[in-house]
Amino acid sequence: MTATTTSARSDLSELGRSETALRTFLHGLPGVDQVGAEQRAAQLGTRSIKTTAKAQAIDLAIRMVDLTTLEGADTPGKVRALAAKALRPDPADPTCPHVGAVCVYPAMVPHVAEVLRGSAVHLASVATAFPSGQAPLDVKLADTRAAVAAGADEIDMVINRGAFLAGRYQEVYDEIVATKEACGDAHLKVILETGELATYDNVRRASWLAMLAGGDFIKTSTGKVPVAATLPVTLVMLEAVRDFRAATGRQVGVKPAGGIKNTKDAIKYLVMVNETVGGDWLDPDWFRFGASSLLNDLLMQRTKLTTGTYSGPDYFTLD
Amino acid sequence: MSERVAVRKTYKLFIGGKFPRSESGRSYLVQDSNVSLASRKDARDAVVAARAAVKGWAGATAYNRGQILYRVAEMLEGRREQFVALGVPGDEVDAAVDRWVWYAGWADKLPQVYGGANPVAGPYFNLSAPEPTGVVAVVAPESPALLGLVSVIAPAIVTGNTVVVAASPSAPLAAVTLAEVLATSDLPGGVVNLLTGRITETAPTLAAHLDVNAIDLAGVADPELATDLEARAAENLKRVLRPTPADHDWTGDPGLGRMTALLETKTVWHPKGV
Repeated sequence: MTATTTSARSDLSELGRSETALRTFLHGLPGVDQVGAEQRAAQLGTRSIKTTAKAQAIDLAIRMVDLTTLEGADTPGKVRALAAKALRPDPADPTCPHVGAVCVYPAMVPHVAEVLRGSAVHLASVATAFPSGQAPLDVKLADTRAAVAAGADEIDMVINRGAFLAGRYQEVYDEIVATKEACGDAHLKVILETGELATYDNVRRASWLAMLAGGDFIKTSTGKVPVAATLPVTLVMLEAVRDFRAATGRQVGVKPAGGIKNTKDAIKYLVMVNETVGGDWLDPDWFRFGASSLLNDLLMQRTKLTTGTYSGPDYFTLD
Repeated sequence: MSERVAVRKTYKLFIGGKFPRSESGRSYLVQDSNVSLASRKDARDAVVAARAAVKGWAGATAYNRGQILYRVAEMLEGRREQFVALGVPGDEVDAAVDRWVWYAGWADKLPQVYGGANPVAGPYFNLSAPEPTGVVAVVAPESPALLGLVSVIAPAIVTGNTVVVAASPSAPLAAVTLAEVLATSDLPGGVVNLLTGRITETAPTLAAHLDVNAIDLAGVADPELATDLEARAAENLKRVLRPTPADHDWTGDPGLGRMTALLETKTVWHPKGV
């Protein structure tokens, strides 16, 4: 892909000023070879990662987990328990690293902040009328400010898919810019909801749009629609952040979320990160997994590697 | 017309209602047929499948479980000639069908015989009911190939347990054929999982696995291996069925022992009203 040759670095910052410039740029991005992307993703998924490499991959994956609960039934007690688990995922093993972040609804942020205070675990909150994003802008911004004020240092926003699919890129762009401003010092993760974008070309365009507007992370999904993170979609997004860094010098993180349930899947993603964008992204600051049940499987596999016996779900918490 | 080419059968594992090859890709020859040689990971996958099946199987009504086991007996009867062709004597197949029907009948009777009301000194109803232990690992007897296998699988599943069976390494063909019977009998996938290959490879993994609740050592002939497996099983206090001399005669009256050994008793106290 050669986006770098079509636009010089200085041009990119000007794009947000006009709808026409944005559309011309986004539609000028080369199309994604669907068959090629799916084949490449499938091929990378066949790598065999064993023994010490597997142990390293598991520990890295644990550090990359955004331990998530986004249920209507979340209670202060439940999210506090989740936060405690984030700090010490395997209470029986002090060498087990803590996870990357805890991700909750804005109303639950104060309860989590209490538990995480003083630790290195980040506190993420979804905002902007998650998961649909169908609310007036000032409501979305108030949602964001409230989450930051309550103690969240990472905000997961959803883009306005309705506007994006209708081709109103400027509107989507301006919303991201405004949300970024409302975030202040907090990191902004932009959820593209790739399951609703229909094509890989749209995923590539949405990725660039989110990065141009100032997103610190691009995230695949809310986890609330049937199609969540897939390997090919993540591949397209990884290529986008690689090309974006080449074009602008700014590094953007990637977060696949939803549907990643076991260690094998997580390791496939890590292999893909390494092969697509390289070691610079193999760090919890630049790559995260949005997941809840994944952590237990990682812990069970970790226990298998350290003790030699297969563990069972009876020995780990349910959430 | 040209002579047709025979279709040779590969005997595969039975895990979660499907017939996968071993993830290791290995196989060994028995009676001129290729049989999968299960690895540790196959054992792990089988336990995952068995665990996933517990909720549905243990939650099914006893009557329903009985009906499904009768259905297994029907299908087994229909495959009689196939077992005979594999070298299983005809009267052994008949005995296996009878054994299966006998256990099927116990599905809704065992809780009545083995549970019931307890007399207590207080204004309470006190009721005990047997419940399945969960996932049971079974090392199948070396012989008789079919009757031995049926005699260890049926008592474990009739009460609602799910099993991972390590089949006899020398007679896996009858075992896989039995799995084909189970796969076509409305038995939910994962209730019975079958591993073929070396006992020394799969049994230690199953014995040590923390998500297995009980292990039946019926087919472990080597006393040293039996002791080793028992020691591994002690890690999470699995129920262990040791091989006993009586196990060598599978044709006699099986008794209730194999069923009751794989049960937990739940006792409920209920206030009797004023």
